[in-house]
Amino acid sequence: MVSLTEEVAREAAARVVDPEMPMLTLADLGVLRDVAVDDEAVTVWITPTYSGCPATATMRDDLVRALQETGFARVEVRLRLDPAWSSDWLSDRGREALAAHGLSAPGPAPRHAGPVPLTLAPRARQVRCPRCGSAGAQLTSEFGPTACTALYRCDACLEPFEHMKEI
Amino acid sequence: MGAPDMDSHDANPAHEAGSVYDGLLTEEADGHWAFGTSFEDPLAGVDTTVPDGVDAGDLAAYCLMLGDDALVLCQRLTEWCSNAPDLEEDIALANIALDLLGQARLLLARAAAADAGVAPPLPEGSPVPPEDALAFFRAEREFRNVRLVEAPNGDFAATITRLLVFACWRMALLERLVGSRDQVLAAVAAKGVKEVAYHRDHAARWFVTLAQGTAESRRRTVTALGTVWPAAEELFTGHAVEQRMAAAGVGVDPGEVRGEVEAVVDQVLAAAGLERPAVAPMSGVRGRQGRDGLHTEALGHLLAEMQSVARAHPRGLW
Repeated sequence: MVSLTEEVAREAAARVVDPEMPMLTLADLGVLRDVAVDDEAVTVWITPTYSGCPATATMRDDLVRALQETGFARVEVRLRLDPAWSSDWLSDRGREALAAHGLSAPGPAPRHAGPVPLTLAPRARQVRCPRCGSAGAQLTSEFGPTACTALYRCDACLEPFEHMKEI
Repeated sequence: MGAPDMDSHDANPAHEAGSVYDGLLTEEADGHWAFGTSFEDPLAGVDTTVPDGVDAGDLAAYCLMLGDDALVLCQRLTEWCSNAPDLEEDIALANIALDLLGQARLLLARAAAADAGVAPPLPEGSPVPPEDALAFFRAEREFRNVRLVEAPNGDFAATITRLLVFACWRMALLERLVGSRDQVLAAVAAKGVKEVAYHRDHAARWFVTLAQGTAESRRRTVTALGTVWPAAEELFTGHAVEQRMAAAGVGVDPGEVRGEVEAVVDQVLAAAGLERPAVAPMSGVRGRQGRDGLHTEALGHLLAEMQSVARAHPRGLW
């Protein structure tokens, strides 16, 4: 029998994958914020990527199941809204996993001292095609199949690809 | 298992124990499916203590105002699903609507957490959480959104023009709300700023494209501006609740953001080669407007469609 330490809980929670981008664990995505164990009860804190992220309920269910299967009798998943999730929280391993699965990883998230300025021209990004490695790509849309991605098309191989947005 | 007379046609023994899909469903894992996800609290585990000296009823009303703005515009934007000019735009408007839905859920849940009395009563045993009770079981006059968001979509130019005005205004509000004394509102705003920045850029780029596009797209954009602009004045009319919340360090007096919002809108208009139209503001009734629960006929129709399924099944689990 595995002893139910905080380390065991952390490892079990860190293995849970994102339901929409299963090449990423919740830890790689930066959504998993904290894990605390009190006797056989475990509390997990997660920070949703977007306000309306429809995967949040599934993340909760998957965390509960993973920790119960590890042996924790009581599992509570709490939301931590502050600070807000940033694409900067994506781990290096997560960035490599995105590229390996045909998605382009985000650049640094924008930071503003004052009000966020309006951007009428397409955002300048250093995007590289995750399929052929070419540097030239055209933005098709800032909104992709999931809340956190934009759509690009490679100038060289003409394949479309998703880019995780900076936020 | 269906009714026995239907089962008698099924000779496959594998179906005797139930559906062949039964194995895919477990008590804990039904969140994987588009059905049976059950309810989840968007503020689970979040400290929703009302800050010292803040009136809980006012805070709840204020959250309803900002939440209803997002919810009603979300509903309008989703009407474009499968009807937008192209597939990418379909997805873009749905994404923007999803962000607004998320903001609405958090704000309605925050309203109910501040003052449980704002949520309408439901039948005994109903599993409907307060945020859904507020979204689906309130009457038209209990909605506190500005009237800008409830008007029918009109054509694509009108939809983009409204989104532009709304996003410029909401951006200015949320940027100030990041400093709210209410930590829940501050967190919702900090997230919202990041999302609405994308909405505003998207609407602004489309607005300039349409205005500087063909003669027909420009004509439609000019018409849209004339249709949308009369509802803009209401955005800057602070309701007593908004003013009290601003004074308490929790909310924002929308009158304070006028200059900043108009400057951003003017920036877009300049790029589009257009000017603010000289049109009279939409009138209220004896000083009452959307924030007071006074709405146009359009909201009733919108709510009828949005609420009908939930109202038909007040004990339903989804």
